[in-house]
Amino acid sequence: MTAVNDSDGVRLASTVVRRIFFYVLIGGGTAFFALPLLWLLSASFDDTPTYAVRVPRHFSLGSFAEIGRNPYALRSLLNSTVLAVATMAIVVTAAALAAYALSRARVPGRDALLYALLLLSSVVTGTAAMVPIFLLIFQLGLIDSNVGVVLVLSGGLLPAAIFLLKDFIDTIPRSYEESARVFGASPLQILRHIVVPVARPGLATIGVWTVVQVWGSFLTPFILLRDPDKQPAAVLVRTFYTEGGSPNLKLIAAFSLLYSIPVVLMYLLAWSRYGFRFHGGIKS
Amino acid sequence: MVPAQPAVTAPPATLAEPAPASARQPAVAATPQSVGVDTSTPTDVAGLGRLRAVGFIAPALVLIGVFLVFPALWTLYIGATNFRLTGVAARTPDFVGLDNYRRALSDPSFYRSLWLTLLFVFGSAVIGQNGLGFVFAWGLRGARRWVRRTAESLVLLAWILPSSVVAFLWIALLERDDGTLNELLGRAPGVPWLVRYPMLGIIVFNIWRGTAFSMMLYSAALSAVPPSHLETARLAGSSTAQTLRDVVLPHIRRYALSNTLLITLWTFNDFSPFLLTAGGPNHGSETTPVYIYNTAIVGGQMGYSGAISLLVLLINLLLALVYLRAARTSRRLSGG
Repeated sequence: MTAVNDSDGVRLASTVVRRIFFYVLIGGGTAFFALPLLWLLSASFDDTPTYAVRVPRHFSLGSFAEIGRNPYALRSLLNSTVLAVATMAIVVTAAALAAYALSRARVPGRDALLYALLLLSSVVTGTAAMVPIFLLIFQLGLIDSNVGVVLVLSGGLLPAAIFLLKDFIDTIPRSYEESARVFGASPLQILRHIVVPVARPGLATIGVWTVVQVWGSFLTPFILLRDPDKQPAAVLVRTFYTEGGSPNLKLIAAFSLLYSIPVVLMYLLAWSRYGFRFHGGIKS
Repeated sequence: MVPAQPAVTAPPATLAEPAPASARQPAVAATPQSVGVDTSTPTDVAGLGRLRAVGFIAPALVLIGVFLVFPALWTLYIGATNFRLTGVAARTPDFVGLDNYRRALSDPSFYRSLWLTLLFVFGSAVIGQNGLGFVFAWGLRGARRWVRRTAESLVLLAWILPSSVVAFLWIALLERDDGTLNELLGRAPGVPWLVRYPMLGIIVFNIWRGTAFSMMLYSAALSAVPPSHLETARLAGSSTAQTLRDVVLPHIRRYALSNTLLITLWTFNDFSPFLLTAGGPNHGSETTPVYIYNTAIVGGQMGYSGAISLLVLLINLLLALVYLRAARTSRRLSGG
């Protein structure tokens, strides 16, 4: 009797110890993730921010006024928006058309094409293709042009977008389209009035995903845009120095916060609205 | 902040980089189901016809062809020339055959970049993200809802914020004069962490940056372990280590393989170390992506860096093929 109780006691104690161990581990891990992030909040509202995370000595919104004082800052957020929206329009349209045809029609070499797209999306990265892409855009005379950046980003994001959307369209029952066809709808009518409305969550996923990718993308605009008037926020934020040559912490903190908020909002929106599936590599 | 429980039912078969990383990230994503390429004959329900179908695919293929496939193939040619950004060789580059490859193979700075990349990939992805991702997934399994949500949200936030922003957050954290880390340690003349330990700095940074993916993957994988098996192990009095080895590992092995291959591929191509250290000090953290940038865009030696780019493309191709093979095998084994 007592033996059983003892071993129960030991087991209980070991469970408690294990619990505490895990909570310490998770607590420490969470602090590790929280610590760098806190600076974004603490420094943005401090009237004299330093590198250290601390409760603002004097709460102030003055850092946000710095954004208006920098000649390029607001402009760069606009540039980021233009790049993101233009790339999204191209990627969603081209990927939707291609994915629909690949899902529904007999396209010669379809399986090989899909396999090639899958490989392409991961093998030809921005890093590996930096040299030829720079030379290509240089020879096309598109350095310092938004068009060059949008085309390069679209080409890079399309394989994955097509792949994801084809997956999505494959799950849509074909009976809708069959019935529409029985009633005499043309292929384009079917696409516009049947497929697009049903596929809207998939299209929205790809749209949000594209915007987030472009919004944060650094390398491509960094090598293709030299003019600070044209640079998106991701590139411009690295140029925020004071006349003295040290980083302008007020500007960096407030601007980074402002620049990060849309990404967080888009994730929140996407999750609450569509409950995105966790799609392999895709952050959604 | 926290997404619904990810509905992963099998390892992702997608290859491309999801992370909001600095580089143009090809995000490969596809479920293994789709990797195995659907063999059912598509019925042309909308009456597209072959011609119109090709017309639908064409715009995407043209963009991919010009801005992705052509650059990749062009690398073959660029790497065999003495292409430079300025001077005579910029206008009329000469064909130099394998000279660039010979030079790379005898260039210590190229070997150094490969070695640093290996350290970076192994330390931050294979060990760091993999390990910490699993610890979070395992530790948060039975945690209270608010604990789980808070922890997951912070890990995810580190993943989704733009790389230029998170890079500066880490510069501030590790700054010598009044950086948070030195303040916490109470160092008066602080340690210039990124100058003294640049590799350690970018490795820890990348663990912080990318653990979310592994955490989500493992947390989905763990939800596929039958609770009854865990319960049986508990009643049989097995230790955590025994449970992990005998009950959990068999269920998550293929996820672990997929995860490792994917994060290796992404980390190998990651350009964010540049945002922290720009490869310095004195090339001390110049991983291959940063080395390519420094020789090509800064140094103007397009031919030479083209040759190195080709090597990166080949390594990527190898990793991607191994990944797809593994995804297909595990799909066959699971009867998917």
